Amino acid sequence: MDRNRLARQVALQKQSLFDQGYIDQQFIQVEELQDVSSPNFVEEIVTSYYQDTSRLIVNIEQALERRPLDFDQLDRYIYQLNGRSTSFGARKVIAEGALFREYCEAENAEGCKTTFQQLKTEYATLKRKLEAYFQLARQARLAETASRPM
Amino acid sequence: MNPSNGKGSISTASSSGAWKVGDVVPDQFPAGLRVLVVDDDPTCLVILEKMLRNCLYEVTKCNRAEIALSLLRENKNGFDIVISDVHMPDMDGFKLLEHIGLEMDLPVIMMSADDGKHVVMKGVTHGACDYLIKPVRIEALKTIWQHVVRKRKNEWKELDQSGSVEDGDRQQKPSDEVEYSSSANEGTWKSSKKRKDEEEDTEDRDDTSTLKKPRVVWSVELHQQFVAAVNQLGIDKAVPKKILELMNVPGLTRENVASHLQKYRLYLRRLSGVSQHHGSLNNSFISAQEATFGPMSSLNGLDLQTFAVTGQLPAQSLATLQAAGLGRPTAKPGIPIPLVDQRNLFGFENTKPRFGEGQQQHMSSVKPVNLLHGIPTTMEPKQLANLHQSAQPLGSMNVQVNAHGGHSGSLLMQMGQTQSRGQILNESAGSHVPRLPSSVGHPVISNGIAGGVIGINGIGDNSRGIGYNQVRPTSSMLSFPMNHTSELATNSFPLGSTPGISNVTSKGAFQDEINSEIKGSTGLMPSYDIFNDLHQQKSQNWELHSAGLQFSASQNANRVQGNLDVSPSVLVRQGYSSSQTSGQNRNVSDMGRAVFSGVESTQQGNAQIIGQQHNNFLVDNPVRVKAESIPDAGSQSILFPENNFGQEDLMSALLKQQQGGIAPAESEFDLDGYSIDNIPV
Repeated sequence: MDRNRLARQVALQKQSLFDQGYIDQQFIQVEELQDVSSPNFVEEIVTSYYQDTSRLIVNIEQALERRPLDFDQLDRYIYQLNGRSTSFGARKVIAEGALFREYCEAENAEGCKTTFQQLKTEYATLKRKLEAYFQLARQARLAETASRPM
Repeated sequence: MNPSNGKGSISTASSSGAWKVGDVVPDQFPAGLRVLVVDDDPTCLVILEKMLRNCLYEVTKCNRAEIALSLLRENKNGFDIVISDVHMPDMDGFKLLEHIGLEMDLPVIMMSADDGKHVVMKGVTHGACDYLIKPVRIEALKTIWQHVVRKRKNEWKELDQSGSVEDGDRQQKPSDEVEYSSSANEGTWKSSKKRKDEEEDTEDRDDTSTLKKPRVVWSVELHQQFVAAVNQLGIDKAVPKKILELMNVPGLTRENVASHLQKYRLYLRRLSGVSQHHGSLNNSFISAQEATFGPMSSLNGLDLQTFAVTGQLPAQSLATLQAAGLGRPTAKPGIPIPLVDQRNLFGFENTKPRFGEGQQQHMSSVKPVNLLHGIPTTMEPKQLANLHQSAQPLGSMNVQVNAHGGHSGSLLMQMGQTQSRGQILNESAGSHVPRLPSSVGHPVISNGIAGGVIGINGIGDNSRGIGYNQVRPTSSMLSFPMNHTSELATNSFPLGSTPGISNVTSKGAFQDEINSEIKGSTGLMPSYDIFNDLHQQKSQNWELHSAGLQFSASQNANRVQGNLDVSPSVLVRQGYSSSQTSGQNRNVSDMGRAVFSGVESTQQGNAQIIGQQHNNFLVDNPVRVKAESIPDAGSQSILFPENNFGQEDLMSALLKQQQGGIAPAESEFDLDGYSIDNIPV
């Protein structure tokens, strides 16, 4: 059945994301909050996250251009970013963020810059993967609804 | 409790503002719990909201602390609990915590991705009732209702204890004043909660609780009447019964007056203590120190008023005030504690002749303890986190001070008084050691208590909560007392004796976070301004409170200096504690609480209106020394900008100070060692 197949695919994909470390338990938790009243809850959350943090990313990039680097400011930005990332379990992004903070504390400019590039990569990758996942999930839900007896 | 209220007629609305008295509520609790969530992270806000909704709570989201505060202020009884993030761009979460604790006395849960020990500790000392690490799981949110119940329960208990049976006074119906439950849904939820509490409490309560005493709101007019009565009788002679007679207010019970008196005394004490250190804060009183104190006497009258204004000086604020006041002493040696005659203050009712001894002036006897005492640090060991509670400890604190024997009435006096309270500071004359170590549980309030806290030594014992330690040294209020006391110490104030205390307690200045609150209060201290301002705002309660604290603190400080001019108002405050000594510290309840709240460092921006019938004020809870950020003695972070004591003013003042002096307080605040850097012990 399409429905079942889709449902299975969704589950598999989620598991894969989880196994690869892109998402963590928190994501599962948030997903569990989804219900009839808000079926796309996680997707909404993630969308708003990317909107909200895109500015942050730009700010950090700009801050990294300044000389000398203001590590306190950078740390604050990353702290904010991490806070948001943890709320839905963006594990890899959080890991890079934590590393970035360590470099900030050590006032290691190079380390910061390198880590930030990695962070941006993870950030973008996660977005792609989650988008694909959500699309699949939506399809599965549609199939589910469609197949429900009227 | 009222046996009659079983299901719904809760006559005493005192405990929970939110509950509507008399409501018949289906037992839905905890469903319907009204939660306010504050976080600048929109993602987190939405997720939390969803989780809370799943728990069947009523959720209000807010992404700015300022907005949250105004929401809370507009609708005092519109929420049952607040969850706030620690790091927010427009206002520090801890500051918000303090405000809420002082003004609204609501339980506040802090949350953050930061799980560092220091930050969590800060939450505790500022009065947060819990701390959640992000990402927050729904399981953690399912049980947040316990904090609301616990708070109410404590309030009830205090009420119970503080008031003796008031036979006719009890107002069965949900007193209008008390009717906090303004919100629509309160009825059900609250009622059930209330019922629960009541039921629980009933067992504990004695006959007095049969009738739920509605909380008396000490309005400005009422307070003015009170002050007039007290002044007429004379601080020393003002006993609740007589005051009641003079006031001739129908429906007012002796217990109400008694508790208010306690608070008032604490407040006065703080004023005297605070004035000292506030040098920077309030130029008016601090600078003049002596001069400032002069006006202090006027304060007395004022204090009361202001005190009354809010009716509820948030204990915390008071505490802070006091603390601030207390803390200050060191800062300004010259600062005479204008607060009234310390002696009076403390000795006010105390049967103990100790303070009464008129030593007010003599700071020497100012036992370091006093300082603390003055600070209405609400030492709530457990509650530190709860700002709300902050209100309470103050009472105890003050009392304790008195106990000290004669400390010029200042802090010690309070201690002495508190002693009667029981836990309050335990004034242990010698042991007064300002239990600053707010760590005791009350770190919460430690803020300003510093000054006061020190005095609270008595409290230290139990109340420990005096969070005064927490008070950041900024206020240094305490610090001074401590220092001085040590020198003076001669007396009961263990400061000298308790080495530990000196550093810690003196640090009373712990006014860290609370500093902000205290700041406002500091201003109060010596100057009645505080009180005036307090009137203005609801939040004033705490201001007064803090003022009270400060005063006490200052008082202590003054004492230290040797010139305890405790303003009568302060004394009065403290006085009441003495009368209450009976273990009913609770009486201090409203006042005390208010006062204490200041002391409590919980900064939580909780400025719970201490004025509210803080019965629980000193009651059992160890005076919570709210982190009344007692301006560190050294730094002039005059926390209490006496002049502007309006809430906003306070805040601004505090903020300023914080930037200036308080800032360091934060760093200093080091619970562990209680060694407040700035506190020049």
